[in-house]
Amino acid sequence: MAVIRDFALQGAQMLLVLLLSPLLTGFVRKLKARLLRRQGPPLLQPYRDLIRLMRKEVVLADNASWLFRVIPYFVFAATWIAASLVPTFRSGLLFSWSADLIAIIAVLASARFALALAGLDVGTSFGGIGSSREVMIASLAEPAMLMIVFAVALIAGSTQLSTMAAFMNSPEVGLRVSLGLALIALVIVAIAENARIPVDNPATHLELTMVHEAMVLEYSGRHLALIELSAALKLLLYISLIACLFAPWGLSSPAAGPWELTVGAVAYVAKLAAGGALLAVFETVIAKMRVFRLPGFIGAALMLALLATLLRFVSGSF
Amino acid sequence: MVAYALCAVAALLALSPIAVAASAAPRGARAATSLVYGACLIITLILGAIALFALYRDSATISVVTLPLGLPWLGAHFRIDALAAFFLVVVNLGGAAASLFALGYGRHEHSPQRVLPFYPAYLAAMNLVVMADDAFSFLVSWEFMSLTSWALVIANHELRENMRAGFVYLMMASFGTLMLLLAFGLLAGPGGNYTFDAIRTSQPAAIVAALTFTLALAGAGSKAGLVPLHAWLPLAHPAAPSHVSALMSGVMTKVAVYGFLRIVFDLLGTPAWWWSIVVLALGGITAVMGVLYALMQRDLKRVLAYSTIENIGIIFVALGLALAFQSEGLAAAAALSLTAGLFHVFNHSLFKSLLFFGAGSVLNATGTRDMEHLGGLIHRMPRTAVVFLAGSVAISALPPLNGFVSEWLIFQAILLSPQLPSWGLKLTVPAVGALLALSAALAAACFVRAFGITFLGRPRTPAASGAQETDGHSLAAMVLLATLCLIAGILPGLFIDALAPVVQLLVRGRMPVQTGVEWLSIVPIAESRSSYNGLLLFSFMIVSGATTAFAIHRLASDKLRRGPAWGCGYPDASVAMQYTADSFAQPIRRVFGTTLFRAREIGEMPRPGSTAPARLTVQLRDLIWDYGYAPIAIGVDVVADRLNYLQFLTIRSYLSLVFAALVLLLLVLAIWP
Amino acid sequence: MPALVFDIAHLLAGSLVVMSFVQLYQDRLSALINVFAVHALVLALSVAWQAFAQGAPHLYITAAIALVFKAIIIPVALRRIMVRLGIHREIEVVVGVGPAMLLGIGLVALAMVVMLRVTAEADPLAREDLAFALSVVLLGLLMMVTRRNAVSQVIGFMSLENGLVLAATGAKGMPLVVEISVAFSVLIAFIVIGIFLFRIRERFDTVDMQALDKFRGERR
Repeated sequence: MAVIRDFALQGAQMLLVLLLSPLLTGFVRKLKARLLRRQGPPLLQPYRDLIRLMRKEVVLADNASWLFRVIPYFVFAATWIAASLVPTFRSGLLFSWSADLIAIIAVLASARFALALAGLDVGTSFGGIGSSREVMIASLAEPAMLMIVFAVALIAGSTQLSTMAAFMNSPEVGLRVSLGLALIALVIVAIAENARIPVDNPATHLELTMVHEAMVLEYSGRHLALIELSAALKLLLYISLIACLFAPWGLSSPAAGPWELTVGAVAYVAKLAAGGALLAVFETVIAKMRVFRLPGFIGAALMLALLATLLRFVSGSF
Repeated sequence: MVAYALCAVAALLALSPIAVAASAAPRGARAATSLVYGACLIITLILGAIALFALYRDSATISVVTLPLGLPWLGAHFRIDALAAFFLVVVNLGGAAASLFALGYGRHEHSPQRVLPFYPAYLAAMNLVVMADDAFSFLVSWEFMSLTSWALVIANHELRENMRAGFVYLMMASFGTLMLLLAFGLLAGPGGNYTFDAIRTSQPAAIVAALTFTLALAGAGSKAGLVPLHAWLPLAHPAAPSHVSALMSGVMTKVAVYGFLRIVFDLLGTPAWWWSIVVLALGGITAVMGVLYALMQRDLKRVLAYSTIENIGIIFVALGLALAFQSEGLAAAAALSLTAGLFHVFNHSLFKSLLFFGAGSVLNATGTRDMEHLGGLIHRMPRTAVVFLAGSVAISALPPLNGFVSEWLIFQAILLSPQLPSWGLKLTVPAVGALLALSAALAAACFVRAFGITFLGRPRTPAASGAQETDGHSLAAMVLLATLCLIAGILPGLFIDALAPVVQLLVRGRMPVQTGVEWLSIVPIAESRSSYNGLLLFSFMIVSGATTAFAIHRLASDKLRRGPAWGCGYPDASVAMQYTADSFAQPIRRVFGTTLFRAREIGEMPRPGSTAPARLTVQLRDLIWDYGYAPIAIGVDVVADRLNYLQFLTIRSYLSLVFAALVLLLLVLAIWP
Repeated sequence: MPALVFDIAHLLAGSLVVMSFVQLYQDRLSALINVFAVHALVLALSVAWQAFAQGAPHLYITAAIALVFKAIIIPVALRRIMVRLGIHREIEVVVGVGPAMLLGIGLVALAMVVMLRVTAEADPLAREDLAFALSVVLLGLLMMVTRRNAVSQVIGFMSLENGLVLAATGAKGMPLVVEISVAFSVLIAFIVIGIFLFRIRERFDTVDMQALDKFRGERR
């Protein structure tokens, strides 16, 4: 009985992240449009876009290989698994112990590796631009993310996300300097990984400003739909991660009843909305950076995360 | 046990003269190739089986054999304990894979009589180094290993760069052997007890132990490829034939790691507090510098050679952590770090051999190793592309393959290190952790570039568009290694438990038993702290990917149409418009290379109206060579020039020199207390 | 809740270190002045919290002085100087941003090691605040050393002085008289520097220190 309940909850989480992610993307777009005094697309437009794309015929370049056709499914599978393992409304789900935070980051890195290969597959210069810039950003953002994991894991005493979330929710955590530094670094890394302004413009069609869009330029139809869905899932994943580590109030524990689960779900939706709103405001207020100012920006996140880890090594009370 | 192994090694050594005879016979080259490589395959498989048996069943008992060879008062001691057994498995698995690969690849060798005699001797030498139980046989086998590999490096001697590579390799190998000679001399002490048993029980003074540690690090480190002693590796490894390159990168560097482990962990006893800081710092710097160098290269085999340097750095970081924990007496944490390092040794030998085999196949099929002349090979060599992709994913430390598991274990060990009290370690370990994370991210970039530019895109030259698929033997070897990578990634618990006797021998502690953990996860420290399940991740990926594909094809659409590439509406006919290897690395070169390699891009634009081509030159300087090696070479030249005048003295001067030397030595004898 | 008090004090001191890093990262003079204002604001908050934690009401006045002088008056004055001198463009740096940040981290590590080893027996709150304060001082010095523009060197000096104030309040022995005299002397020094900057600019048309080197008397 308990096993069935656990399976059901894990399945519910997987469905929840899948269904909520286009809504989150639509919410951010709508809010950005409103801040720019436009009407903006309807909230449910991303769902309509995805369904429309899925029904369309795929137009494939003549020299695209089997790898090009397989990669969208792989990227989607990897991102979906990673998103299902981050606690959203309840920690300690059935398969949460199969991958800790380092493994989740590595799974996202596999997805990025595959997408960079897809950019190179057709042999156009746009794909090359996207892939080479993406690996440059990744070469700084990934170490920063790992150092953030170290800093938080050294405070929480574990790299399992459920244990970390439970620790952050308990009164022992206090307000620590290294947590503050890690939060700032995580926000910067989240912006870089999700290809948001100031790192990349998700709505651009100019090759000078493209990173992610350039890699997926040759995709169409159902392949493009899967890649867009993966991008939406990744945004949801990062906001959920920030929420469960730094704003874990309302997250229900493994021994929760139906009332706590409902509270957890409502709290989660509220956190997503808050995160999306902050992202929309931030993107509207700030301009996109030149590509070669990005190493300084993401390097700052790496430095802050390194400082946070260093402080944790130096003394237990930081 | 050892006796059987020694018989097999003797069989390998006997193959050498047979190979000389067989390849000298007219029209005998092809038969000789099959004979020699086939025999090597069988013998290495036998040796590997013996080693596995020793590791699994007899790990508590140690078998020793003393042969009446070598120095008369010493003999030649050979022994197989858990550490030797593990490294024998690594050596012979690599050797078997290389022999299987060479059954197909060796047919294309145009002067087999230069390769075939030395190959079995090389395999034999590596096995002897691992089994040696006294300093003399260790050093003789080590030097024999260097010499046979040198002969293989200069096999294609028509190319000048190969001869230069052989020269540099010989210099560095001699340097390494000298360091090890001095180290063993210090360890044996004034009594001259060269057997490892005697050395193990003697307690060296702190200063002697420190000197031995430094010498062993220099000697073994130069053979393994630690920065700054790495300069020979990217010259020598690409110059040799591909199966030998795989052996040198995948196996010989591990034999060097074995040497370091044997001397520092086994023979020296408890480490001092500062040893780990040196090893950690060197390992971290090696890892980052290795992968940054790799990103600047166009030659596919050079990329792989520098990537070996990076992975050796990672292994030494793990060993440094093990030293740190051991010096404080934290046996469980030391066991975790050492297991991570040894697992990475095994993993790296697998995927580096696989990648070198792929590079060899590409070289055979297209005649070039330069990535700028390749492209689109995934269409011409589809199976080679699949296995090369598997190797690239494994080396980039991505789940669900094996590279990720060993890196994950090292990160878990780093997370245990705040309990170390030393201040030096408190500052070094976070910095090294950041360097390790940086090298992992850059390695992924490097292999996106290597696989993407070589196999994806469109063919840049006719050589690339005319490539043929590799033959069956080579493919079989690569598929075998790729399968092993997958198994090590999804069932790492088996390998961790197999390493337990080795770790127990060296640090007297072990990781928790992994076979009992439910769902086949691995739990390195405690269940609540961290766990990883490769099998589950792999199955989830396959199942969800396949289900999604099935669902979408059934419910939405499965129609597909081919057409020209979109390219934002620019019709892009020329193959030269796609990204090259240098242009792919340009952002990273600009971020990291401007300071580390003095990377400069110089563009020369012709004047308006001139028909001369515009030229873009990328200038890179190897600062370690310019400020480290080149001054030494120049200094040696200067000193040799000065000393040259000794050739032209009169007879009377020579007599007075001899007289002065004699008087000086007598004085020393008189004054010495 | 003493643990929470402890943590908030640490958090504010750590934020001061972060603001010093943000100052190192800036390459536009107007942004640098804004960041300096925030730096002084964080200092004021930190001192005010120390006043609350230690129960020392005279520190509230120190906080108010820091707030009024350093967070409001001095940035406004610097901005007017900047506009009149016409130097509201980029700051030339001697060392790039990346190496400067790496050096900064090294200096913070050094300050941590030195302070925590030397004061092994003292009260934990004071020790760690002192470690942060020394970091701020060293980062201020780093800023003075790696900038060529005189106004940014002045700001580096001011942030160094902020670090000293943090150290003094953390050590629980900062009489009000000392603070007032220190603040006034800083103000006088600042006015004098401002006057000199104007004179230099009139004479030589530049406040770039490296260019001014050429006008020094001695030949080398």
